[in-house]
Amino acid sequence: MSIFVNAGTRLVVQGITGRDGSFHARQMMAYGTQVVAGVTPGKGGQTFEGRVPVFNTVADAVRETGANTSVIYVPPAGAAGAIYEAADAGIDLIVCITEGVPVLDMTRVMPYVRSRGARLIGPNCPGLITPGVSKVGIIPGNICAPGRVGLVSRSGTLTYEVVNQLTKNGIGQSTCVGIGGDPIIGTNFIDCLRAFEADAGTDAVVMMGEIGGTDEQNAAAFVKAHLTKPVVGFIAGQTAPKGRRMGHAGAIISGSSGTAEEKMQAFAAAGISVMKRPVDVVALLRDRLG
Amino acid sequence: MNLHEYQARDLLRAQGIAMPDGGVASTPEEAEAIARRLGGTVVVKAQVHAGGRGKAGGVKLAKNAAEAKEHAGRILGMQIKGLSVAKVLVVPAAEIASESYVGLIMDRETQRPVYMVSAAGGVDIEEVAARTPEKITRLPVDPVYGLLPHQALGLAFTLYQDIAQVRAAARLIQELWQVFTANGASLAEINPLVTTPDGQVLALDAKVVIDDNELDRRPDLAALRDESAEEPSEVAARQANLTFIKLDGNVGCVVNGAGLAMATMDLVKYYGGEPANFLDIGGSSNPEKVVNALRIITRDPNVKAILFNIFGGITRTDDVANGIVTATRQFDVGVPLVIRLTGTNEQEAVRILKDAGMTALNDMDEAVQKVVALSREAA
Repeated sequence: MSIFVNAGTRLVVQGITGRDGSFHARQMMAYGTQVVAGVTPGKGGQTFEGRVPVFNTVADAVRETGANTSVIYVPPAGAAGAIYEAADAGIDLIVCITEGVPVLDMTRVMPYVRSRGARLIGPNCPGLITPGVSKVGIIPGNICAPGRVGLVSRSGTLTYEVVNQLTKNGIGQSTCVGIGGDPIIGTNFIDCLRAFEADAGTDAVVMMGEIGGTDEQNAAAFVKAHLTKPVVGFIAGQTAPKGRRMGHAGAIISGSSGTAEEKMQAFAAAGISVMKRPVDVVALLRDRLG
Repeated sequence: MNLHEYQARDLLRAQGIAMPDGGVASTPEEAEAIARRLGGTVVVKAQVHAGGRGKAGGVKLAKNAAEAKEHAGRILGMQIKGLSVAKVLVVPAAEIASESYVGLIMDRETQRPVYMVSAAGGVDIEEVAARTPEKITRLPVDPVYGLLPHQALGLAFTLYQDIAQVRAAARLIQELWQVFTANGASLAEINPLVTTPDGQVLALDAKVVIDDNELDRRPDLAALRDESAEEPSEVAARQANLTFIKLDGNVGCVVNGAGLAMATMDLVKYYGGEPANFLDIGGSSNPEKVVNALRIITRDPNVKAILFNIFGGITRTDDVANGIVTATRQFDVGVPLVIRLTGTNEQEAVRILKDAGMTALNDMDEAVQKVVALSREAA
């Protein structure tokens, strides 16, 4: 079992002929992901790696291949457009890897995606992986192992570090989700926690947060109210310098300084076991799972 | 990207927002000339990317042009929160009957720009927000429709009773929406918004922060960047496509990915060391980036040892290894290196380093403990 991606995931790669898109399409195919289509406008009719048909539009790809999930590797200027297109074509799960999407674009993208009933993960994220089954994005497959711990993270490489610790110590994962570090993202901690709680294949959840904003505090409150499964958490940025902050609006809107200390306290108060170091994840999980 | 107050004023005035006339000066003489042109009492304000300028002595009232010159002479070159002041803004001192606050910020939670307005504006607005949050009116705006006329008017009515002032404020609040969306801002703030004794509504100070992700498609905004107002090593890093923040410690850090970079700094601290910097080499890993990273870090005389912590995903660890070897051949690093790398092309990376007489570690905790020990020996 898993969340969001599984054996039924039929993937279309938007930007499959680009530098990043082609590299990661090959990696995903090698991992066993069902990559059923690619999209690059003007290259419709070509075939990628001898077996994946390339289409001009996502709508064509969905009609011809039954794709239900898309992953986006197009440059920032075209990323919002690619998300709109995927949502319009009836894609259920849209994963946007692209870094650098203007936030104002995202304020318009999000209501559109919701109105079409789709879920967006990202932007500026490493994607997600259900080990041994399907990988959508850029998380290295070789560091993951199938199992029963769910992982959700705002970071990329820090996620790899923790997944690697788990795998080396014989703790497999149900699904690992990188939700991305941008101010406006399609799927947040709470969405993932809710899905992990409902997933019969997940016994515990690891949550990797960062300084800034109040997402982790909100997630902690959700854990306290709704999670029966144990949660282990980490906050990166305990030693980050205080910014030379301009203006007052940031402090007024959040009513919070968003420091690591504040977030770790919120975690502890919600019954989340707090890691001091990434390596602590193993001992804390063993402790919580008995 | 933070804008200076004088740059923010230009953006606001371009949308028609009423702000007092003024001018920006780089020398005391220029400040004197602006003060003379404006006549009467003026305010001389440090232009620096830091809050709390007034409390740091960077904002001074001058009764005449000679005093403006004197104040400018003291403020120019002054250090505020580690940044030196290269420009001052000279504006007429307004007579103030009331101070309000109008801010517009990109909000993660509602995923919309949110207005915050309060009749209790001024320097203590954060305290107002913390103690009496009911004095702040919040309004998330649907970006598809923008700020609707009745919404602008509703916000303005929370500030003023006089209908002429309400209409003036509503117009200004609407114009601030244009400033925000036309420039891809993540923050646009007027504090204080004042009324004068003769009933005018005026914006006295403005802050605008531009979303960094807008700069590629907006060269006009990117051109507003004032590199003289930044830490030189941070400017050099940005030009080399690295994200770098200088800190006060002695353990240099080169890491791929922001989250892992922060976690690495935290671990340095955990084992009793002090990080000298935050440095993220990003996803793509050409060896040149690594060379530049080492050049920037070794320029800091405080650095006693340097840690590489690379978890290869998109980043190829052999590229990083090649960069390290190239750098050590190009210049004398001068301090010990501790290299931890794992992931993509790890075996090749280890071989490259071994051929150059260097060793690589595989474990993050082990590497951090080692670099902290080395930094202590050297200190």
